[in-house]
Amino acid sequence: MRISAPQMGNLHIMLDDLFGRLGVEYVQPPPSSTKTLQLGAKHSPEFACLPLKINIGNFIEALEVGADTLVMAGGHGPCRFGYYGIVEERILRDLGYDFRFIMLEPFSDGVWAFYKVFESLSPGLSIRKLWKILKISFSKARAIDRLHKRALQLRAYEANRGDTTRALHGAEEIMAAAHTAEEIEAAASESMAVIEAVERDSGRDVLRIGIVGEFYLLLEPFSNFGLEETLGQMGVYLERSVWVTDWIAPNSNNVIYGYPKKTIEKKAEPFLDQNVGGEGRETIGSLVNFAEMGFDGVIQLLPFGCMPENIATSIIPRVQQEHDIPVLTLAFDEQTGRAGMVTRVEAFLDLLEARRRNRPGAALKPGTAASA
Amino acid sequence: MRIGIPRSLLYYKYLPFWKTFLTGMGAEVETSPLTNKKILSRGVEVAENELCVPVKAFYGHCMALRDNGVDALFVPRVVSVEERAYTCPKFLGLPDMIGAVAGSLELPPLLTPRLNQREKPREFKLQLMDFAREQFGLRRLEALAALESARLAQRRYQEGLAGGRKPLDLLPASRFNTPRWRPPAEKRKRIGLLGHPYNIYDGYLTQNLIARLEEMGAELVLPEMTDHNVLMKAATDVPKQLYWTYEKEIMGAINLWTEKQMVDGVVYVLAFACGPDSLIQVLIEHRAKLHNIPLMSLTIDEHSGEAGLITRIEAFIDMLMRKKTAA
Ligand code: SF4
Ligand code: SF4
Repeated sequence: MRISAPQMGNLHIMLDDLFGRLGVEYVQPPPSSTKTLQLGAKHSPEFACLPLKINIGNFIEALEVGADTLVMAGGHGPCRFGYYGIVEERILRDLGYDFRFIMLEPFSDGVWAFYKVFESLSPGLSIRKLWKILKISFSKARAIDRLHKRALQLRAYEANRGDTTRALHGAEEIMAAAHTAEEIEAAASESMAVIEAVERDSGRDVLRIGIVGEFYLLLEPFSNFGLEETLGQMGVYLERSVWVTDWIAPNSNNVIYGYPKKTIEKKAEPFLDQNVGGEGRETIGSLVNFAEMGFDGVIQLLPFGCMPENIATSIIPRVQQEHDIPVLTLAFDEQTGRAGMVTRVEAFLDLLEARRRNRPGAALKPGTAASA
Repeated sequence: MRIGIPRSLLYYKYLPFWKTFLTGMGAEVETSPLTNKKILSRGVEVAENELCVPVKAFYGHCMALRDNGVDALFVPRVVSVEERAYTCPKFLGLPDMIGAVAGSLELPPLLTPRLNQREKPREFKLQLMDFAREQFGLRRLEALAALESARLAQRRYQEGLAGGRKPLDLLPASRFNTPRWRPPAEKRKRIGLLGHPYNIYDGYLTQNLIARLEEMGAELVLPEMTDHNVLMKAATDVPKQLYWTYEKEIMGAINLWTEKQMVDGVVYVLAFACGPDSLIQVLIEHRAKLHNIPLMSLTIDEHSGEAGLITRIEAFIDMLMRKKTAA
């Protein structure tokens, strides 16, 4: 069995680890590229949201390099994600591919069904063993998320452009090699030290921006033209509201993001008092959150036509009546170009800087410049 | 108190229920006019650009009711109408979306009861009774009586639909979609018209589609002609249960029509940027192909023009006519 799954940010490092422990051969699809997207868009319905189109491209490319089993996460709405898998399977079969398809429905849906999926991949696996594997694999994923979070904060201060990204790659390699619990723990501090060691110019006056929006757009740099790295290198300190491991473990209080789901929902309540699927409510709650923390601005990222985010976008002006914070909304589809995005981002940064100059009191409060 | 119900979205499904219920609580009910150019263009202007056209139209309907001076707008939050399912996310967020512009548009206060049967099927009765108490000070028995007459009104509506009448024949003051003439019965083709009722029955949004189809020789088969439960059952013929009730109705209809050969062709109307339809479209087209039923997908948005639409359906119906002669 050669198993594969869509690409998304650093998910492949996590899957490589997980499938390795289960004794299943994992085929990483070639990194998402323009070709992947074109391929996916060609075979997907026109109005499908962007993540589905890239998924299709990934699956085709994975099948082409020899994957014979595809896994996709499920869910129960109300947005599209929970039905992606069914539609993706249909599209691929209509294209004539032969493969085994596995929909992995959330753990909370039923532990037994969840276990059975893994047991079918790794016969003889006991529930206890699965639990141990998931736990250790997850701890590694957590450590990787922490590295990325720190990189988002520190890149703004790097003395030499590109150092943070290079350090991050090195740090990820250290993490990838760790296997036992002890090794993971050691690698976590060793890799974090690599990031912290990047030479900085701590006196730099940086803008602080919160990134909110749809899960995939936030987690897959290919889908947003590496926006976070670009912003960091323009000297912007970033916090992001969505993290893979926070999503996998929704009951763990968003430890990476740092603000429990409940807190964020409460902040959204006056404006959007309902889960509308995806991250719609979280986008509103986090916008309020970043505004309260005195961030200079917020960027909302979404796939074109994303329902939960379109709802959020509709509501943002009302949030802004109460919280004075600039928001830049960027929607992406297969026609979006990098140049247009960068122009809009640059104009936004100009606006934020002008606001800072006009409101000297709004400059960074001492101590809030993170621990740079 | 005069309460305005926008003639848009779920109006086409539940007007008899809502109207009877609100009237039963002592309110006067007023609906907005049929969608027209002004309503749509005002909606398009204030609504977020990426939203689907029926939701944009909804904004315009709210503004029309404001202009008519109603005291309140009825914008329920219809989260779920059956166990373990949802409606569309946009219906879940609708009161907040309208709420976000209520101030700047000077809309009257919104009445937004939350209807959610996802966890427990009977819960919605309690939710409506709470609403009746909080908004109208109605006691339990009075609320129950209003609910009961609302239920009966809705049942009559659904029976009428099952008998082959169109929502527009049964809903008040709607004369859209009436064909100017029709070819004789023996020359007609059975066309299944698939899509959300607020799109296919909104004669303005779909450019008189129903009338045009009938003039060209369509004998329309509509999802509403089949009992809801039968549709739901037919919809289970998929690898994973759909969690959107209204998409399930559409899936159920196509499954039934193809399996029982109830139609000669299908016209599938979907709104540009409709989330749920963008996915189930794949399954619907697959299904039609599997059973050899010609299907045409028609996408509508605020720029759709009648000329383009007519050309497309003409070509489609011609093709169906030729198919029969060939056989
Ligand atoms: S959250 Fe948005 S992009 Fe993601 S599946 Fe839902 S509609 Fe699509
Ligand atoms: S189901 Fe589609 S057309 Fe209807 S409101 Fe939702 S997105 Fe719009």
